[in-house]
Amino acid sequence: MKFTLPWLKAHLLTDADAATIAERLTALGIEVEGIEPRGSDLDGFAVGHVTGVRQHPNADRLRLCTVETKAGTFEVVCGAPNVRLGMKGIFAPEGSVIPASGQVLKRSKIRGVESSGMLCSARELNIGDDHDGIIDLGDEPVVGTPAAVALGLEGPVFDISITPNRSDCFAVHGVARELAAAGLGRLVQPNTNEVPARFASRLRVHFDFPEEAGTPCPVFVTREFRGLTNGASPAWLQERLAASGLRPISALVDVTNWSTLDMGRPLHVFDADKLVGDLRLRLSKAGEEFLGLDGKTYTLDDGMIVICDDTGIVSLAGIMGGESTGCDETTTNVVLEIAMFDPIRTAVTGRKLGIESDARTRFERGLDPAFVLPSADYAAAMILELCGGEASDVVVAGQVPDPRVSIPFAKRELTRLTGLEVTDAEVMDGLAALGFAVASEGEGRFEVTTPSWRHDLSQPADLVEELARLRGFDAIPSVSVRRDEAVSGRVLTTSQLRRSRVRRALAARGLDEACTFSFVADDQAEAFGGAAVRLANPISADLVAMRPSLLPALAAAVAKNQARAQSDLAFFEVGAVYTGTKPGDQELTAGGVRAGLAGERHWSAKERAVDALDAKADALAALEAAGARIDSLKLECAAPGHYHPGRSGVFKLGRTVLAQFGELHPKLQKLFDWKDRVVGFEVFLDRIPEPRAAKTRARPKLVTSAFQPVDRDFAFFVDKGVAAGDLVAAVRGAVPDLVQNVALFDVYAGKGVPEGKVSMAVAVRLQALDRTLTEADIEEASGRIVAAAQACGATLRQ
Amino acid sequence: MADRLDSLSGELLAAVDAAADLKALDDVRVAALGKKGSLTDAAKSLGQLPPEERREAGRRVNEVKDAFTAALNAKKADLEASALDARLMAETVDVTLPVRPQPMGRLHPVGQVMEEITAIFADMGFAVAEGPDIDDDFHNFTALNFPPEHPARDMHDTFFIEGHKELVLRTHTSTVQIRTMLAQKPPLRIIAPGRTFRCDSDATHSPMFHQVEGLVIDRTTHMGHLKGCLEDFARAFFERDDAPLRLRPSFFPFTEPSAEVDVRCRRTKEELIVGEGDDWLEILGCGMVHPNVLRNVGLDPDEWQGFAFGMGIDRMAMLKYGIPDLRTFFETDLRWLKHYGFVPLDTPTTFAGLAR
Repeated sequence: MKFTLPWLKAHLLTDADAATIAERLTALGIEVEGIEPRGSDLDGFAVGHVTGVRQHPNADRLRLCTVETKAGTFEVVCGAPNVRLGMKGIFAPEGSVIPASGQVLKRSKIRGVESSGMLCSARELNIGDDHDGIIDLGDEPVVGTPAAVALGLEGPVFDISITPNRSDCFAVHGVARELAAAGLGRLVQPNTNEVPARFASRLRVHFDFPEEAGTPCPVFVTREFRGLTNGASPAWLQERLAASGLRPISALVDVTNWSTLDMGRPLHVFDADKLVGDLRLRLSKAGEEFLGLDGKTYTLDDGMIVICDDTGIVSLAGIMGGESTGCDETTTNVVLEIAMFDPIRTAVTGRKLGIESDARTRFERGLDPAFVLPSADYAAAMILELCGGEASDVVVAGQVPDPRVSIPFAKRELTRLTGLEVTDAEVMDGLAALGFAVASEGEGRFEVTTPSWRHDLSQPADLVEELARLRGFDAIPSVSVRRDEAVSGRVLTTSQLRRSRVRRALAARGLDEACTFSFVADDQAEAFGGAAVRLANPISADLVAMRPSLLPALAAAVAKNQARAQSDLAFFEVGAVYTGTKPGDQELTAGGVRAGLAGERHWSAKERAVDALDAKADALAALEAAGARIDSLKLECAAPGHYHPGRSGVFKLGRTVLAQFGELHPKLQKLFDWKDRVVGFEVFLDRIPEPRAAKTRARPKLVTSAFQPVDRDFAFFVDKGVAAGDLVAAVRGAVPDLVQNVALFDVYAGKGVPEGKVSMAVAVRLQALDRTLTEADIEEASGRIVAAAQACGATLRQ
Repeated sequence: MADRLDSLSGELLAAVDAAADLKALDDVRVAALGKKGSLTDAAKSLGQLPPEERREAGRRVNEVKDAFTAALNAKKADLEASALDARLMAETVDVTLPVRPQPMGRLHPVGQVMEEITAIFADMGFAVAEGPDIDDDFHNFTALNFPPEHPARDMHDTFFIEGHKELVLRTHTSTVQIRTMLAQKPPLRIIAPGRTFRCDSDATHSPMFHQVEGLVIDRTTHMGHLKGCLEDFARAFFERDDAPLRLRPSFFPFTEPSAEVDVRCRRTKEELIVGEGDDWLEILGCGMVHPNVLRNVGLDPDEWQGFAFGMGIDRMAMLKYGIPDLRTFFETDLRWLKHYGFVPLDTPTTFAGLAR
């Protein structure tokens, strides 16, 4: 909300300057988003006197004006229809920045005639909407008067942000009341002197609400006016509305807006001559239509509060008036409406129809019912002053509700919740200053009654906040939180530890950690198995499906980086994937992709593109870091559909898939627009069994052999298609008590190897714990190794 | 015999002197001391001499042999030294060559800062709790004292789940407060980091971001503890001796009293320095847990009390590490990750300092 300092000072007698006020507002809980010196962007703009007007030689609509300014006389080409000899306007010299456009004004030729400087319209100066002509200040102002002064601009402008609980502060008066309570001045009460009735209102108001609807409208007050002239409102009013960001429209409309901003009391005026019959309030039915003052037709839902005359709906209660009964310059007779509406119904209506209005903002947060009747005089006085005419009596339908509540309060509550200490007098005075009625019951106990304008207070904790913010949160003593134990134990769950360790393990392998959105595009999700969960109101079609895998976003990142000429990429993320809507359906996963070269191009090594085994190594590193026991995992050569069927695998523990890896399916290349093949892996961290709780961290005893090991190499021809892993496992298992280690050190096909075969060579280390191996031992072991290899289709290479 | 030995000695010493390399020197040694070497022969021939000459001749042979051996060893040392010199001259490595690469990735600032925050609060005795990203209206709003249809819900720009009217993407990590209080008995002291979502996207908003929630429930914790806890946190996190905070009254449905917290800072054209200056920068929202929230989870607000806070992790990362734009966090731009990322060995701890 925006208002000027002079406006605030009309409600608060104070000598405080803007900075002091801002500081106090902040301490009270009203956030000051800015203090802007209104008109500061008009430096250099000043009153100029039009001392000559001639026709432009080359254009019918343009005039050549001689403008006298403090800095000299200038020739200006002007297209405004209202320019006239002798008028005074706002002159912008060359080099000034036009506020509305932000452009620097340069000397230029317009239709062949040089123009230096400009006479400005209200819109060009950002002070109004008028662009039909230039500002005409009449004859009075002195040439050279700064524009801000000549235009009567008030400043500075406060821009404050009000929390949703404080409907009472959506008004300059409410803000002033807070400041007065905090001791920054004396509150000035609004003018609610009785405006005498000159005639009797004949308008009748009926409530047609069903009983089960509760009280959609507790009170509806009307007052009629006749013989009005609805012209432009006075300059001071226009200026204050403009400063707060509203467009001045006509005196009647401006009065309603003024009341909204000044007192937080939204009003509505109907053109009485356009109303037919009595007013009826009822709830809308689905499908009914309403043409709003904004010129838009709204289709209503069930249960919205509407105000009708005999022709139909004329107003959407608490939100927006109707076009059919709106006031214009021909209006002479009006009906003023002052009402209370159910905040929740108003909020729901506004949200469903997507209407943001100053009235809705206030109605849905709650208004001060005690001001309903006084505002019939407050508004009447203003209408009569601005428009002339006469007022009727005040017609009240329903009853003014009393929202005040009584709260028993003990001052030790303040100490208990904030650590602050107060005296009984401080409690009494502080709450009274905020408008509470306080009765002391002795021993630090009070009976506190809330003011009619506060709807956010119901229990002692609420009063604690009131007293604490009056005192200032700065006064609250700081106390360190100390832990109970001398040394803190482990605070992370297994899952959190896994996340942390896996992140570091993968980064140590050269992958960069990404952090991608939890939602992806439908086709991307579809490519990775499809989304189990979608958003009902996505921010865009690209961000609609809750990710079924970490890979789609990473796969998309590959293409984006490739487009930026980054070709060797390795990304990972550790985060949730969503397999359903229940809390347990969110699964912690580590996923990663690699593209381009494995390692950078380097003089020492041959270039190699990434392949499925790089992804396998990543998966293994993640599994190991997460605490999976790698030896107990089974590797199978079939990964789900987003992987290349011949270049992928899964690691299983029993029947549970713990990880999958491989080259991503070539069919995805087009969807994601990769330059080249991409490999990836996924590790399902939550599926890894919890580590067994052990009583001791002691390692098993180290067993070493005192006897010499023997190293033997074996080269085999193996049928293509036989898995190297099977061969290694066979060799390892051939002589379990002697084979200490098996390393596959050569895999080769080509010259010297028969067609359909692959040569694989393993280095085997044999060692016994109890003796030095004899030639005979070694012979026997070799024989068993060769036999075991043979059993899986390998023949010893001779 | 004596003459013969004299001339042999001369020849041998000359041969040692003339040997060009170790191999030639060894040939000289073999030619003198080998089975059929000249000195070996001379020693053998001693037996044929008459006994009176034998003794003198034997002494002389030994003299020649000793002189020869000494010369030989000296020459050998010489030759070895020059051979080593020659080898060193021949063997070079261009040490300006780039080393073999050892790939090292970078960790994302969000994860790193989450660990920094965890380290600090762990030191204050907080445990780490978690909750799901997809949660229901009860945990996200109702239990947190958001009245149905209240405008405060509008401020949250909630994402809803298709086909499930009651399910949302959590708009804050405060859901974990409720889950924790429902699952465990007080006293409680937890933080809950995680993803949060709001249907909002512009220069300073992202539809997904990260928060950390804090919750303390016991019989004595008041707002002064909240203030002290946050001040201790700010000093530790920003690694400054002083990082003054300002608590401003504010409004959250689930706390009463409520406050927003600013940290003192100084803005220059290039950077933002936290902990000094005349400006304030908002870093989090907090307050005393609302009595209605306590009632909603079955705790008596006259018996139990405590504070809660919620802080933007991404925002804290931006402030501490000078990262200008929130949206860049989630773009997976290699250049950004390499620049703002952390090396995997930098594990934040309070004893070693959080950041290098």
